[in-house]
Amino acid sequence: MRTQTFGGKAFDVCNYMFLAIFALVTVLPFVYVIAGSLASDEEITSRVFFLIPEHVTWNAYRYIFSTNALPRSFLISVYVTVFGTLINLFFTTTMAYSLSRRDLVGRNLILNLIIFSMVFSGGMIPTYLVIRSLGMLNTLWAMMIPGAISAFNLIIVKNFFQELPQPLIEAAKIDGCSDLGVFLRIVLPLSKPALATFALFYGVGHWNDFYSALLYINDSSKWPLQMLLQQVVMSSQMSIGDPSLAMDPTFTQPPGDSIKMAVIVVSTLPMLMVYPFLQKHFAKGVLIGAIKQ
Amino acid sequence: MSIPVTDSTMKAHAERQVKATSAWQRIRRDKWLYILLIPGSLYFLVFKYIPMWGVLIAFQNFEPWQGFFHSPWIGFTNFRLFFENPDFFRLLRNTLLLSLYNIVFFFPAPIVLALLLNEVRKAWFKRTVQTMVYLPHFVSMVIVAALTYVFLTTDTGFINQLLQHWFGRQVDFLTNPAWFRPIIVLQTIWKETGWGTILFLAALAGVDVELYEAAIVDGANRWQQLWHITLPAIRSTIVILLILRMGSVLDNGFEQVYLMTNALNRDVADVFDTYVYFVGITQGSFSYSTAVGLFKAVVGAFLIWTSNYVAKKFGQSGIF
Repeated sequence: MRTQTFGGKAFDVCNYMFLAIFALVTVLPFVYVIAGSLASDEEITSRVFFLIPEHVTWNAYRYIFSTNALPRSFLISVYVTVFGTLINLFFTTTMAYSLSRRDLVGRNLILNLIIFSMVFSGGMIPTYLVIRSLGMLNTLWAMMIPGAISAFNLIIVKNFFQELPQPLIEAAKIDGCSDLGVFLRIVLPLSKPALATFALFYGVGHWNDFYSALLYINDSSKWPLQMLLQQVVMSSQMSIGDPSLAMDPTFTQPPGDSIKMAVIVVSTLPMLMVYPFLQKHFAKGVLIGAIKQ
Repeated sequence: MSIPVTDSTMKAHAERQVKATSAWQRIRRDKWLYILLIPGSLYFLVFKYIPMWGVLIAFQNFEPWQGFFHSPWIGFTNFRLFFENPDFFRLLRNTLLLSLYNIVFFFPAPIVLALLLNEVRKAWFKRTVQTMVYLPHFVSMVIVAALTYVFLTTDTGFINQLLQHWFGRQVDFLTNPAWFRPIIVLQTIWKETGWGTILFLAALAGVDVELYEAAIVDGANRWQQLWHITLPAIRSTIVILLILRMGSVLDNGFEQVYLMTNALNRDVADVFDTYVYFVGITQGSFSYSTAVGLFKAVVGAFLIWTSNYVAKKFGQSGIF
């Protein structure tokens, strides 16, 4: 379509090359870590940089899965992700549905209170003290309940519910359906694709969550994977002067590089497996958020 | 049928009906909606509004065994201690410098990448690049920090091995304070540049192709097309994002800074959020750290409100 001048062609070549390099640099760390996790520590030290190990060995994985700590943390992360996401969906959809009804008495007050909580928050310490006085410290609840609703997601879901076809809802009510019935039998089934998107949003948040565990979980037998990963990879440098960062006792010796890389791979892999779905849904979610803002 | 029904009596009757169905009747009619509202309202009350009220311990000498109601009130002492402490200027400097680094070096990156992607005509190439550069957005900050440690650590990290090989010396990236800010910014660039392009690519997709065709007919080269058509199409998006970014200059991302902090770089690494953690949670000075957090929250709320106000002046709808 466009007439190509020499300068234009030269630009195109440079552009394609730059983008290819940028994209490769972005994913190379993952490839390197996967390769390193399948190599021996000696190979990692002697071969500086490689993307395919000379001798593939599963020793690092065999070792980390033979410890108590890693399988346990993996299961905790799976548990928190699954149940945490269900809790998120329950809290978010019930509240969003009620607030999606424009004639609800008190709706504006509640919406304004929610928006105010997005601008101003009590902060880390008062929230910590509330969670402590609820007896949630060192329980898995502390990783699921305090983030049960993201105000931002709540408002997007509310807007989505508002745009569902109203005649359908009116008809159901004339047929004697209660508001609860409308919610369960009409609104939720109609919103399945949108709710799947939000389940992914919340699920990724739980899997990647480090903050809640750092603040609320001292007991290393209840650490999620992200917390364990931080301990295994960074403890040698981070333990300087900070006793709370002591190593998990089941890793008796400082972990070798291949073991560190294997733990990184295990923590990343579930995310990489759902990535194709994520990419599709998340991009849509970003744009919905941007338009609705 | 003998009583004549006038317009006015009908109106009065209708009004009474409206009044009757207002307030209490509507609340009774919507009882299921209120029942469904309970879990969410309790959540906001307990985890958002009680902590907001809890900031009052900033004006107390809060002792956990005495509880909120029996701890002595000490007015603004904690705030005075904080403002007189040399930590205050150190935190302010670190926080603002880190934000400044991010705005100068990271903020333009997604714009440039989006413009370059927009010039790509081969759809498969564009899609492949997008799939690759969006990926790091989905990994956790812990993984980003872990990768940084594994790559940059002295002796075994491959970057230091390369430096050793080529120049015969190594760099203490992780512990040298001079490297702290550059590493944080590089991490952000690696993690978020690709993802940041989405908004710009969406804006660019909305540009009318006829504009480019007309420009070509008029003899405009690619550079002129970029300058006069493409850039104006995303200018408002850029301005709004920049204004909103200004509203959050006090937020440095707790997890990222915490994960890259160690005993040797604390002097440049400490920002408001991590300071509150170290002083409050690790050392147990609840009242003093709450005062620090409250100061940050109040200034932060003011900045967000101002930036939103300015963004609205520019004709956009802002965040709320």
